[in-house]
Amino acid sequence: MDVLGILIPVSLGLGAMGLSAFWWLLRKGQFDDPEGSAHRILRDDYDDRPK
Amino acid sequence: MTAFAEPAQSLARPSACPACDAAPLAEHLADLPKEARLMLAVPGIHCGGCISGVERALQVLPGVHDARVNLTLRRVAVEADLDVEVETLCAALEDAGFEAHELDPGVLAATEVDARGRALLMRLAVAIFAMMNVMLLSVAVWAGAEGVTRDMMHWISAAIAIPAVIFTGQPFYSSAFGALRAGRLNMDVPITLAIVLAVGTSLYETMLSGEHAYFDAAIALCTFLLAGRYLDHRTRAGARSAAQELAALEVPRALRIKGQGTETVGIAELSVGDLVRVLPGGRIPVDGRITEGATELDRSLMTGETLPAAIGLGDRVHAGEANLTGPITVEVLATGRETDLARITDLIAVAEAGRNNYTSLADAAAKLYAPGVHIISALAAIGWFIATMDLRVALNIAAAVLIITCPCALGLAVPAVTTAASARLFRKGLLIKSGTALERLAEVDTVVFDKTGTLTDGTPEPSGLSTLDSSAQRIALALALGSAHPLAIAVARGLEDLGVRPANVSGCEEKPGFGIEGIWNGTSVRLGRAAWVGADAEAVTATYLRIGDGAARAITFADTLRAGAEALVTGLQAEGKRVVLMSGDVEAAVQTFADRIGIDEVIAEARPDAKAKAVAAMAEGGAKVLMVGDGMNDTAALTVAYVSISPASALEAARAASDMVLTGRSLEPILEAMGTARAARRRIKENFGIASVYNLLAVPLAVAGLCSPLIAALAMSSSSLTVSLNALRLR
Repeated sequence: MDVLGILIPVSLGLGAMGLSAFWWLLRKGQFDDPEGSAHRILRDDYDDRPK
Repeated sequence: MTAFAEPAQSLARPSACPACDAAPLAEHLADLPKEARLMLAVPGIHCGGCISGVERALQVLPGVHDARVNLTLRRVAVEADLDVEVETLCAALEDAGFEAHELDPGVLAATEVDARGRALLMRLAVAIFAMMNVMLLSVAVWAGAEGVTRDMMHWISAAIAIPAVIFTGQPFYSSAFGALRAGRLNMDVPITLAIVLAVGTSLYETMLSGEHAYFDAAIALCTFLLAGRYLDHRTRAGARSAAQELAALEVPRALRIKGQGTETVGIAELSVGDLVRVLPGGRIPVDGRITEGATELDRSLMTGETLPAAIGLGDRVHAGEANLTGPITVEVLATGRETDLARITDLIAVAEAGRNNYTSLADAAAKLYAPGVHIISALAAIGWFIATMDLRVALNIAAAVLIITCPCALGLAVPAVTTAASARLFRKGLLIKSGTALERLAEVDTVVFDKTGTLTDGTPEPSGLSTLDSSAQRIALALALGSAHPLAIAVARGLEDLGVRPANVSGCEEKPGFGIEGIWNGTSVRLGRAAWVGADAEAVTATYLRIGDGAARAITFADTLRAGAEALVTGLQAEGKRVVLMSGDVEAAVQTFADRIGIDEVIAEARPDAKAKAVAAMAEGGAKVLMVGDGMNDTAALTVAYVSISPASALEAARAASDMVLTGRSLEPILEAMGTARAARRRIKENFGIASVYNLLAVPLAVAGLCSPLIAALAMSSSSLTVSLNALRLR
């Protein structure tokens, strides 16, 4: 049972990291054009200055 | 090709890595003066190739630094020098094969950052995070954790779930509180009560080291309902931004006369008494009186008549009319909200407020639902209290009933379907502005079309050009090339298509309001209005050609059909719908057109109020009318109709009055939309069916006290999943 004392905080910590990453991406506008991003990744020319 | 392939327009790179190239470029950019940010609507794009096409077409233009397409919104943002004109950008895109319109960034700014949507998304993310962690702990409990371990799991669950529920459930709490304060019940009241009861009893149970805790159910409830709310918000925000985008399509500017020259100002800066110059091809921005010049006006958007009206000194002009041939100077009599155009728009806004008495399927369901679950849960609590005399058991049962009946599926049912349907229709070229428009569209049995600008392109096509002899053709072409009048442009295009080369006509001069004249082989030649050329006017739209003293020849015009119009009308008739053609144009023209496209029922020479009355009369006869129109003269009818659609080329007032707007030129999506609407209605009803079946099965379990947290979690997730998957079948 001692292992739970480690695993639960670890799982919470990982989840919180994911959550903050999501929050950061949301603020950066990464979810503003989901459809366009899906197509851009297949493009040949390098998109070196995305906004 | 490598992922680092050069963009076609860029110069050879001095170094191997793209970052090194970008660095000096960035420095260079920093030195530049302030850049103008321009927004263009590009409704026709749909794939990766289009993104590259649009961006490349713009980036090669001088003065343009960057262009970034947003495919989701069908827009492109352009960073460019201040002196770059929007017209150049649009022209470049048209050349590359993309339809483009300018958008007013000021109007769009409000929708750029969707603060509410982001807040909802953030709450949803927190809810999912909390749900996953609490679920993990709950799985341990369900797997058979006992005693101290179980209590510890419950306490940790509480520590995660309680703050999460408080934070993520706020949209529901405030809405429920508002409803209760107003003395009403809405869907959020049972939701809030369920969450509060679930968390409250679970906490109490945990303190007494009881067996069951519903923390996972409480947070799962928040998650599913937030997902529904977010979908709902996205559809609505999409509709609102669409409306705003349409408003932004008209960038209202005017040329104000200042001393010897003119200056470009926004309409808002004009005041009564100013003099405004309106060039041929421009739209009149204000109501006013002509103080200089003469021209022909295209009033079709206001009156529905295809023939241009000749006007001169002292005549009144109205905002929204298009100037065709000559430059005029207009003294401003009314601007902005004072114009006739705006006044009609305002009237429509008032009429619209009165129209929204349609009860959506979701509202109807909620009205039955909210009192229902409260009564069942109260009865269960009372019953169990009488049977066991144990308040703790009775409260637990009441909480279980509320949790298991809570409308996760119901809350997802409608938004999931409307989101899927709107997304599908948006891809096909139809914007949905009103939340209930789809449900109403599904019931339509009568379709009323306006003629000019709706079933037709509004651009005339000359007929009988090939019957002219070759010298007449060559002279007509030479004259027509000298004018921007739509009839002249049509003649020129028609003759060029026949392979005609222009004759050598010298001294071509356009007489605004009349036509074009010139000298050919020493004789005077004229192309223009009947009276000016010296011919008898015919009943149909026509222009007249006269060579020297010879008899004048008429070149008649027919309206071109809008793309998809024929397919739409046949499709509707095949489905057994009543199709009516209604126009302000003269009887003969309307009848000819109706025969051509195959519509039997015709209402001609209808004034705007007559149109509205005709639609209202049909509605009184029990018909559910879909009105499709584009002009000022249609707006009243659009408002009266059960559902309304207007093309993107329509006047702003017409688009404001309609429930849906076509983004492209084709009419065909309307047929598809009706099919989708019916499918969506079917799905919504199916989803209600699924939710009811699940409640019928689960509620007896909960009332009987057999509903463990595990069963609640399974039932809740499976019903929400089925409902969402069912909605996805629409895509």
